[in-house]
Amino acid sequence: MKKEIIEHEEHEATRRTTLGFWIYIMSDCALFAALFATYAVLHSKTFGGAGPRELFNLPFILLETIILLTSSFTAGIGLLSAQRERKGQTILWFLVTLALGLSFLALELTEFAKLVGEGHGWQTSAFLSAFFTLVGTHGAHVLGGSLLMCVFVAQTAIDGITPVTLRRLTCLALFWHFLDIVWIFIFSIVYLMPLV
Amino acid sequence: MFGTLTFAALDNGPIVLVAQCFIVLTIFGTAYVLHRYKRWHWLWREWLTSLDPKKIGIMYIIASAVMLLRGLIDASMMRTQQAISVGDSHGFLTASHFDQIFTAHGVIMIFFVAMPLMFGLLNLVVPLQIGARDVAFPFLNSLSFWLFVAGALLVNISLVIGEFAATGWLAYPPLSELAYSPGVGVDYYIWSLQISGLGSLLSGINFMTTILAMRAPGMTLMRMPIFCWTALCSMILVVFVFPILTATLGMLFLDRFAGMHFFTSDFGGNPMMYINLIWMWGHPEVYILILPAFGVFSEVVATFSQKRLFGYRSMVFATIAITFLSFVVWLHHFFTMGSGANVNAFFGIMTMIIAIPTGVKIFNWLFTMFRGRILFTSPMQWFLGFVVTFTLGGISGVLLSIPAADFELHNSLFLVAHFHNTIIGGVIFGYFAGLTYWFPKIFGYKLHEGLGIAVVWAWIVGFLVAFIPLYILGFMGATRRLDHYTNPDWQPLFMIAGVGAIIIGLGVLLQVTQMVVSYRNRKQNRDRTGDPWNGRTLEWSVPSPAPFYNFAHIPTVYGHDAFWAMKHSDLAMSHQEYEDILLPKNSPLGLYTAGFAFLLGFGFVWHISWLITFGALGAIFSLIARALDEHTEYVVPAHVIERTEKRLRHTV
Repeated sequence: MKKEIIEHEEHEATRRTTLGFWIYIMSDCALFAALFATYAVLHSKTFGGAGPRELFNLPFILLETIILLTSSFTAGIGLLSAQRERKGQTILWFLVTLALGLSFLALELTEFAKLVGEGHGWQTSAFLSAFFTLVGTHGAHVLGGSLLMCVFVAQTAIDGITPVTLRRLTCLALFWHFLDIVWIFIFSIVYLMPLV
Repeated sequence: MFGTLTFAALDNGPIVLVAQCFIVLTIFGTAYVLHRYKRWHWLWREWLTSLDPKKIGIMYIIASAVMLLRGLIDASMMRTQQAISVGDSHGFLTASHFDQIFTAHGVIMIFFVAMPLMFGLLNLVVPLQIGARDVAFPFLNSLSFWLFVAGALLVNISLVIGEFAATGWLAYPPLSELAYSPGVGVDYYIWSLQISGLGSLLSGINFMTTILAMRAPGMTLMRMPIFCWTALCSMILVVFVFPILTATLGMLFLDRFAGMHFFTSDFGGNPMMYINLIWMWGHPEVYILILPAFGVFSEVVATFSQKRLFGYRSMVFATIAITFLSFVVWLHHFFTMGSGANVNAFFGIMTMIIAIPTGVKIFNWLFTMFRGRILFTSPMQWFLGFVVTFTLGGISGVLLSIPAADFELHNSLFLVAHFHNTIIGGVIFGYFAGLTYWFPKIFGYKLHEGLGIAVVWAWIVGFLVAFIPLYILGFMGATRRLDHYTNPDWQPLFMIAGVGAIIIGLGVLLQVTQMVVSYRNRKQNRDRTGDPWNGRTLEWSVPSPAPFYNFAHIPTVYGHDAFWAMKHSDLAMSHQEYEDILLPKNSPLGLYTAGFAFLLGFGFVWHISWLITFGALGAIFSLIARALDEHTEYVVPAHVIERTEKRLRHTV
C-alpha cells in the first residue's frame, strides 16, 4: 500500500477522532446540565436537615480545587511534550497529573465520608441526594479519566509517541480540561453560592 | 448468591407461560437450524463480528422486525381486552398484567422498533449517500448495535424471569418509586433503556462525525442529499438529549437502589422534576424519529416524480428550525400539571409554531410532484398515505397545543390517536418507504411490487380503522390505559378499533409474504444496473448490492443530486486506476462489551453484587483490549477491487 495513502488515512483518523471527541464532550455537558438543573431545583429542599451553609468546609474544598486546577496545567504540559515527541517528559507529566487526580479523589472521598459519618448521607434529604449525585458524577468522571490515563501512559511507554498514542493523549487532555471546567461550575454553584 | 432472584420469578400465570414457552422454543429452534446447517461459524464471522455498516444496518432491521412482532402482539392483546372488558365482563387480562402490556408496548415500539429501524437505515444509506466507505468509528458502530441488542434482551427476558414495569412507557414517579413499584419491573425498564440509550448516544456521535467529516470532496453541506441533512439534525438531537435521559433514569435508579430522594413524595423530593426532564428528552425524541422519515420522503418524492426536489434550501432550513423548536415545546405534555397560564401559553404557541416548518415540508413535496412524471410505485404510495394521515395527525396536534383544549383532552384516547397518527403515519410509513426504496441497493434485487402495494393499503386502511374510533372515543371521555370500563356505548367503537388492528396484522403478514416471494423470485427481480429507480444521489452510482468497500473510487461532487449530474454529463464516468483500500477488520469485542453490560444490568435488576462487578470489569477490560489492539485494519489489494467491480458491473 502506498505510503501517502496511509499517511492520509492517519491524518483523516486524527481529524475524525478529535471532532468526535468534541461532540462527545458536548453530550457530556448535557448530562451535567441535567444534574445541575436538578441540583438547582432541589438545593433548598433540606427537609429540615442541614443545608449547604452548615455542611461545607470551604478551605478544604479550595484545596481540592487547587489540586485539580494544577492537574489540568500538568496535563497541558504533558500534551505539549507529546506534541514535541518527548516521550520521557510526556510520561512524567501525565503521571504527575494522575497523582494529582487521585489525590483529588482521595480528598473528595474524605469529604463524603465525613458527611456520611456525621449523619448527612444521601438518604437524608433531596438536597443531599442531588449534592452527592452531582459531585459524585464528576468524581466518577475523574476516576474514569485516571483509568484511561493509566492505559494510555502504559501504551505510550511501550509504543512511544505514535499517531495513535498522540491522538489518544490529545483526547485525554481535552477530557481532563473539560472535567476542570465542570468542577469550576461545581465549586461556584454548589460551594460558593450558599455564601452569597 | 442470586440476590432477590428465586424460582417464584418464573411463575406469572398461563398467558405469560405461553410467551415463555414460545421464547424458549424460538431460541432452541434457531440454535438447532444453525447447528443443522453448520452455520455457526458463518454467522459469527460474516455477521456478528462484522464492522461493515451495511451488515450492521441489516442486523438492526432484523432485530427491529422481531421486536415489531412483539409490540404488535402486545397491541392486539390490548385491543382484545378493551373490546370485551365492559360492564360485568372483565376480559382475559388482570389489571396489573394489562398495565405491563401497555408499558412494554410503548417502550418496545419507540426504543426497540423505531430507533433501530432508524439506525439501520442510517447505517445502510448515509455512508453511501455522502460518498464514504465507512462510518467515522466502525468499532463504536458495532458496540452501539450490540448495546441496543443487550437492552432489547433485557426487555424480553423480563417476560421469562420476573415482570416488566406497570407504570406507562415513561415511568412517572412517584408511581415508579420503590414505595409504589416494589417489584423488579421498573428496574428492568431502567436498565434496558440505560444500556440501549448508551448505544443510541454513541451512534449519534458516530453519525454526526461521519456526516460532518467524511463527505466526498466537493460535497458541501448545502449539496448534501436531504436524507443526510435530516439524519444530521436527528443525530444532533440524539447527542443533546440522550444524556438527559441517562441522567434522569440514573436518578430514578439511585432513588430505588440507594434510597435517594430525587423524585420521591417525601424527604423534599420533587416528582415534577422527573416529568420535566424526561420530556426534555421525550419531545426531541419524536423528532429524532420523524426527521429521517422526512428525509426518506424527500428522496422518494424527487426520484419518483423524476424532478429535482422543490425548495431544497427551504427544506434544509425547515429541518433546522424543527430541530431548534423541538427543544422548547416539552411542557405541552403536562399543561394540566400546574405551570400557570403564562408558561402554558408560551409552550402552546411554540408548539403551534413548529407546525409551520413542517407545513413548509409538506408543500415542498407537493410542489415537487407538481408537473413531475410521477411513477406510482409502492414507496410513492407510502408517501401518499403519509401525506394524508400525517397531516391529520399534525392537525390534531395543533388542536392539542391549545392549553384550554388540552385540559379536556389530556390523557384521553384522543391523545393516543394523535401520537399513533404521527408515529405510524409518519415514522413507520416513512421507514417502510425507505426500506422498499433502498432494498435493491442492499440485497441486489427489488421487492415484489404488487404485494408491496397491497401492504401499503392494508396499513393505511388498518391504521384508519384502528385509530379514527379512538379520536371519537377521546371526545366521548374515554381515558387511555383502561383495562375495564362501564359505559356500554363505547364498546362498538373499541370493537371497530380491534378490527383495524386485525387489518394491520394482515398487512404485516403480507409483508412477510412479500419478503419470501421476493427472495424466491430474486433472479427475475435482480438489479443489474445499480440504478433501478433512475436515482439522483450517490448510492445509485455503485453496483447493487453495494460492494463491501462501497466506492472503488471516491467520487467528486459538483452540485446537487450528484449522481444525476454524472449521468447527464460525461465528466465523472471516466476510467481510473484501481488503488488499495484500507478497511476495518472484524472484531468481537463490541459484542463482548455489550454482553458484559447485559450481565451488569441483570445484576442490578436482581441485586446480584458479584454479577454487577463481573459485568462492569468485563466491559472495561473488553474496551481496554480493543484500545490496545494495534491491528484493526486490513488492506484490500487493488486487483481484488478490480475483480469485484467487474463481477458486480457484469462487464466480464
